[in-house]
Amino acid sequence: MKIHVKGGRLVDPKNRVDAARDLFIAEGRIAGVGASPGGFKADRTIDATGLMVMPGLVDLSARLREPGLEYKATLDSELYAAVAGGVTSLACPPDTDPPLDEPGLVEMLTRRASSLHLAQIYPVGALTAKLEGERLAEMAMLRHAGCVAFSQADAPIKDTMVLWRALQYAATLGYSVWLRPQDPFVSREGVAHDGDVATRLGLPGIPAFAETIALATILELVRATGTTVHICRLSTATAVDMVRQAKAEGLPVTSDVGAHHVHLSEMDLGYYDSHCHLVPPLRSLRDRDALQAGVGDGTIDAICSDHTPVDEDAKLMPFSESGPGATGLELLLPLTLKWAQEKKVSIVDALARVTSEPARILKIEAGHLGVGAPADVCVFDPEIYVKVTPRSLRSQGKNTPFLGYELPGQVRYTLVAGDVTYQVETRNE
Amino acid sequence: MRNPQLNEKGDLQHLLNVEGLPREHLVRILDTAASFVGVTERDVKKVPLLRGKSVFNLFFEPSTRTRTTFEIAAKRLSADVINLNISTSSQSKGETLLDTIDNLAAMHADMFVVRHAASGAAHLIARHVAPHHHVINAGDGRHAHPTQGLLDAYTIRHYKSDFSRLSVAIVGDILHSRVARSLIHALNILGTPDVRVIAPQTLLPTGVAQLGVRVFHNMNEGLRDVDVVVMLRLQNERMKGPLLPSAQEFFKCYGLTAEKLALAKPDAIVMHPGPMNRGVEIDSSVADGGQAVILPQVTFGIAVRMAVMSILGGGS
Repeated sequence: MKIHVKGGRLVDPKNRVDAARDLFIAEGRIAGVGASPGGFKADRTIDATGLMVMPGLVDLSARLREPGLEYKATLDSELYAAVAGGVTSLACPPDTDPPLDEPGLVEMLTRRASSLHLAQIYPVGALTAKLEGERLAEMAMLRHAGCVAFSQADAPIKDTMVLWRALQYAATLGYSVWLRPQDPFVSREGVAHDGDVATRLGLPGIPAFAETIALATILELVRATGTTVHICRLSTATAVDMVRQAKAEGLPVTSDVGAHHVHLSEMDLGYYDSHCHLVPPLRSLRDRDALQAGVGDGTIDAICSDHTPVDEDAKLMPFSESGPGATGLELLLPLTLKWAQEKKVSIVDALARVTSEPARILKIEAGHLGVGAPADVCVFDPEIYVKVTPRSLRSQGKNTPFLGYELPGQVRYTLVAGDVTYQVETRNE
Repeated sequence: MRNPQLNEKGDLQHLLNVEGLPREHLVRILDTAASFVGVTERDVKKVPLLRGKSVFNLFFEPSTRTRTTFEIAAKRLSADVINLNISTSSQSKGETLLDTIDNLAAMHADMFVVRHAASGAAHLIARHVAPHHHVINAGDGRHAHPTQGLLDAYTIRHYKSDFSRLSVAIVGDILHSRVARSLIHALNILGTPDVRVIAPQTLLPTGVAQLGVRVFHNMNEGLRDVDVVVMLRLQNERMKGPLLPSAQEFFKCYGLTAEKLALAKPDAIVMHPGPMNRGVEIDSSVADGGQAVILPQVTFGIAVRMAVMSILGGGS
């Protein structure tokens, strides 16, 4: 199928394009930008007049809940939610049930996902067996089965010796390790940022130094081993500074932040809003501002959805007993646009955080629209504000602190490898 | 965001915490309680204000004193009282908190008195129930125990009358104490100029000064010239591990003895929400001494709970 995306404003951060350009797609790849390649005859023309055309979003963390947690969400529901949100590539963390520590599981997951012909998935394998933080997982075999990196998700490695050896082993094979820094001891029982709000609400706290203590350990081990480490879900101002210094020093580290943390703070907990029970916790306004600055100056390479569908019953609980996490795949683009508007960030720089930058961390060829790139495309209307409601969300998870918000950007078409996998309406075709 | 305790007209719909309670509501509760103190001293100790109403005591955490005083208060208002100790019933069968509430609401409960180990449980229930139900928080996690805070305020008002001249010291495990949080808010709303907390750093929540208190780590400094000393119970399980080395050491540093009490004003009163650990936070000579008002607190507690129930349930 040959597709001509006509009349749109093309925003392609990696190639520094922000201009009125047509897109020509053939055999699942970008065949031409601006000018039609010789002999190109479109089977279908998408009228993108008044719309923005961007690379499909690349999300570094989306929990699809398969295998094992299908009552929360399924591959079918969540991969459809992904394309409805313009997300065409996503990394899924290993904290499924059982965890992704078996090559067979990874193969089954990728096979199931590719049979759906929706977003492409990139499994992140378990760094240790069963994510227990004691024995190394079979990284080479998992890599062979399709894992792109190795992680503990939110499970701790309590024994620093194990973490050191895991990083050494990964470095030996040239694999990246993704780690969310949190000291398991000082955060024990905590459910909210250890600050004024948690004190007032009587919620057990997770101090900011739970993150920075663990991050200091990780950075020392990176210094010692040279392992490429991606720091996941930064939440504190001090951690942003530490990553900034580590990068200046030349350490092979990258980092991301969850889209919720770019906008929200502990203040949003209100009277125990369990939708704001997130991991890591929403922190102070000062931390939130530092995260925004970090995304702005590139210390934080990528914004991810940290998509975590939770069943409704698990949210209808007292805050500390409620299931943590928020749905996010369909909000990643709107929340990125909202941040760009509020902070007056150029659209190219803003969208880099959800396209070319995460693609670089994943080491995949998607995330841009140069000639020859995979035709993963998101066409959206930046002028339309969409109200977030349980009905508007395709994800099985309806849990989001943004329910009732009107957020910018409505996805009109999503293409994965040149196929239209999602569209809201047909116009003048 | 609307205060979840008040209805659209600004009337008290639930009692969930003292924080954010408008001063006039708080004073009304104390004044109403004063009128009930007389009732509790009569031969016939009943008034018909809640006749025909059903009060469900839902205790997801064990309690004897608080549950009993709520039960007495409801009965003196002529309500029907049903006591449920849920830790031993449906929760152990896997029923969710809100399913339990729905079932009890279907039995035509008018008022829920709820104690739960999780902070915010009473808020969750209040948000969930239909508008004709009332929820009284009888203690949620570390967060709030508003009727205790109110009865403490009532006791202080009874003995000291004018809050605007008082120094009050709250001593002990502030970190885990819903009693301390509720009393601190009540004292601040009533205009107490000097509210102090005295504890080691391990028993203070982060940023506790934000609640409107002065922080002391030393008993001898913190007790100087105060009018009221409130001793908090130290749970047994807190006495070992990383918070404190031992009960003995805690008593040495933070236990209230006659010698330390002498640093307070001569007419200072000593309060304790109970149950007391003699020899851990308080010496028997003080607990049984002339300055202690610990037993009157219990008596006033019934009147305060009658006041809260009659204000919530009397309107409809």
